[in-house]
Amino acid sequence: MAATGIGAAIPRKEDHRFITGKGRYVDDINRPGQAYAFFLRSPHAHAKINRIDTSAAKNAPGVVEIYTGDDVAADKVGGLICGWLIHSKDGSPMNAGPHPALAQGKVRYVGDHVAVVIADTLGQARDAAEMIEVDYEVLPAVVDLANAQSGAQIHDVAPNNVVYDWHLGDKAATDKAFASAKHVTKLELINNRLVPNPMEPRAAVGEYEEGADSLVLYTTSQNPHVARLVLSAFIGLAPEHKFRVIAPDVGGGFGSKIFIYAEETICVWAARKIRRPVKWNCDRTEAFLCDAHGRDHVTHAELATDADGKITGLRVSTKANLGAYLSTFASSVPTYLYVPLLSGQYNIPAIYGEVMALYTNTAPVDAYRGAGRPEATFVIERIVEMAARELNMDPAEFRRKNFVTQFPHQTPVIMCYDTGDYDASLKKAQQIHDTVGFPSRKAKSESQGKLRGLGYSAYIEACGIAPSAAVGSLGAGVGLWESAEVRVNPIGTVEILTGSHSHGQGHETTFAQLVSERLGIPIDNVSIVHGDTDKVQMGMGTYGSRSGAVGMSAIFKALEKVEAKAKKVAAHVLEASEGDIEFKDGKFTVKGTDKNADWGTIALQAYIAHKFNGQELEPGLKESAFWDPTNFTFPAGVHICELEVDPATGSTTIEKWTAIDDFGNLINPMIVEGQVHGGIAQGVGQALLEGAIYDEDGQLVTASFMDYCMPRAGDLPTYEVGMTTTPCPSNPLGIKGCGEAGAIASPPAVINALTNALGHENLQMPATPERVWKAAQGVRLRQAAE
Amino acid sequence: MPTVTMNVNGRQRSADIDPRTLLVQFLRENLRLTGTHVGCDTSQCGACVVHIDGEAVKACTTLALSCEGSNVLTIEGLANGNELHPMQEAFREHHGLQCGFCTPGMIMTAVDLVRRKGNNLEEKTIREELEGNLCRCTGYHNIVKAIAAGARNMSSMPQSKAAE
Repeated sequence: MAATGIGAAIPRKEDHRFITGKGRYVDDINRPGQAYAFFLRSPHAHAKINRIDTSAAKNAPGVVEIYTGDDVAADKVGGLICGWLIHSKDGSPMNAGPHPALAQGKVRYVGDHVAVVIADTLGQARDAAEMIEVDYEVLPAVVDLANAQSGAQIHDVAPNNVVYDWHLGDKAATDKAFASAKHVTKLELINNRLVPNPMEPRAAVGEYEEGADSLVLYTTSQNPHVARLVLSAFIGLAPEHKFRVIAPDVGGGFGSKIFIYAEETICVWAARKIRRPVKWNCDRTEAFLCDAHGRDHVTHAELATDADGKITGLRVSTKANLGAYLSTFASSVPTYLYVPLLSGQYNIPAIYGEVMALYTNTAPVDAYRGAGRPEATFVIERIVEMAARELNMDPAEFRRKNFVTQFPHQTPVIMCYDTGDYDASLKKAQQIHDTVGFPSRKAKSESQGKLRGLGYSAYIEACGIAPSAAVGSLGAGVGLWESAEVRVNPIGTVEILTGSHSHGQGHETTFAQLVSERLGIPIDNVSIVHGDTDKVQMGMGTYGSRSGAVGMSAIFKALEKVEAKAKKVAAHVLEASEGDIEFKDGKFTVKGTDKNADWGTIALQAYIAHKFNGQELEPGLKESAFWDPTNFTFPAGVHICELEVDPATGSTTIEKWTAIDDFGNLINPMIVEGQVHGGIAQGVGQALLEGAIYDEDGQLVTASFMDYCMPRAGDLPTYEVGMTTTPCPSNPLGIKGCGEAGAIASPPAVINALTNALGHENLQMPATPERVWKAAQGVRLRQAAE
Repeated sequence: MPTVTMNVNGRQRSADIDPRTLLVQFLRENLRLTGTHVGCDTSQCGACVVHIDGEAVKACTTLALSCEGSNVLTIEGLANGNELHPMQEAFREHHGLQCGFCTPGMIMTAVDLVRRKGNNLEEKTIREELEGNLCRCTGYHNIVKAIAAGARNMSSMPQSKAAE
């Protein structure tokens, strides 16, 4: 089955509907009699609401209902939750302020939800929203991290706007390493705030089925079961058996569609109240204002090295901006998804990280592609590069000297790296990139008045986000296993029901490839069912590069059960003992004979059930499994960015990009490479172009594609992507995960290349032409003076 | 409400609409042609690109009434029955899509690009011409490859189809 099995770079099954315009996204779904929701949002970053007058608006044409925070409170709709409990250094639990779906008494960021207007048409809802009169008492806004602790208090429960003051690692041992260090490298950095911007804006259709007294929510979610769990168990809209959540085709997520937001909650709540379906579609500016943002750290880091150029300690202090409310998994991102990755690919005996998370009057900040790991990688890969430069060592050799080479490797910050070969990736990257030829390319650029730089990033990440017990011990409110069900039909076709969710990752193809490989059937005989809580029993969804390592492992486990059952059926059909049945390439044979039966025959016999006693062997062929691994997975690799700067204009052109990744075993290399391309693009976007900017009053200045610079085709290079392979030992397929690696690896590669070109370290992301031009002016002046 | 009539994918279509109705709303809501997407409100992302009288236009900033009497081609009308247009086939073959949301607009833009610039497109040309189409998934790498291949393959199409 090599043609469509594991390792085959075949085109995707799902593509046909997308290239013919037949995808079915939430905004494509319309329910009979539906009304439209429009949210009146706060124009102020921080204000008391003295009064909301909806009387005139309620009489506007087409208006069905208008609800405010009072209605939500009267209905005892629970607040939005943050599902990961972090404790501060002093042992106290984090200060989580209330997060009502519609504001109650106060608004805390521009875009906060003040009221919802539901009308027969969207135009009518928008028109009526303009007629709502809100009496705001504007309060001082807290916008940036520097002023957050001294600014106006945003939540009653959080003095000085501190969510938590957390740490990890052995402070005493780390301080000792610094006391005896030969050299200390210091780094101040800003990890810029990003807006995820999947191309499909969020959308929802809420529906109440009166006869069954049950709710249906169509939503743009990466994890419909988690949405149902939160909306049922915490927000309390309906019990799970009376609540169906459907996430059909979803147009990208990158983390931003993990979370349970106010709008989706209100749509399904309101649908029951007005006894009509309620549809909401986010416009792009609303997405900028209210989708959870990413990153936004200010960090001071120090790296200690000894006389041999060995790293002896790392000390990191970070302030993390979590915005106005704690989003669904916000608290975990700058803590357990961040500091445990600070060891990078290096053997660092002592690490201490402390993180102060703060509220500000800005959009909530939560997981965005990589979530914590890009922030960690930016710290370690920048400071390692700087240390090498300060020590006059080749940056690649400095890394090589400090690589972890023995596995398993226990870092001082929780993670135990299971396997890897970091030097193999570095060597291969250097060879493919032709790093030896860099000096001559640099000389050529300089002869044309351009500055040329080369930067490395040797990243590691922890993904396949799971071990339930492990994440539970760190404060997670949920388990992080995955579930699967394999339904074999009587004619031998197979339906895979998975708790993973595809929003671009190509699961309909890769998951079918696994089935094709295992059962020896064509991928066209396999369908992948996902994104519907009425079809799939449970699931934790897709994020943290977990669908391959965790989701497919669950399918693998269920397939093993199916195979075992099918062998029992085959034994009866072929009149042999079960132990003599062999299954290979879709055929059951009796060992040592030519007696055989194909897959379809055995599937049919399992349902006809004439050949065996139904009391001893149950008819049918359907199995399910939950998979909970023993560890995270640890993809790692080396990216090399080579770029040219025009000092006259500050424009940066990436000339060459080499990415060598170790993702363990690959199911579909074409899809894996596509994930790498997209990840790099987002990382280059962070490094050169993107940044969410609030003005001092808390207005988001970058709230459209005209103001927020998304990477375009002309901003990006062609990528050279290659692999090395050390199979992951903690899952049966040896998969590590590839979804986030590009976004994790790329920002430091770009900034290391830029600072290499400029010859100094004074450059922050995004390195826009203006910033690069300013940084290059110093270089030209210095050269002139020399 | 005024009535608008236009030819969409070869069929005369007519509806009474609110004058503020955008072409993309007319296509998606009145005609239920949901392959044309809305990714922004500022004509930046290109998920809504359709052809009006043979030229690529962003349907999110075009009033439906302004298309009275026009010939409109959407992604749903691009294939020849069950036979995919070479540009559609190239996107599939070269993995030029992931989530699929930007894809209809990308393909419609690409077909228009070939009309304007011919069948032999350099990488640089393709990248520059995609200025008005955003993709957040692919990093454009495979989109650029797909458009180059699709453009080449379009040279063997009958002239009348290629012009659409």
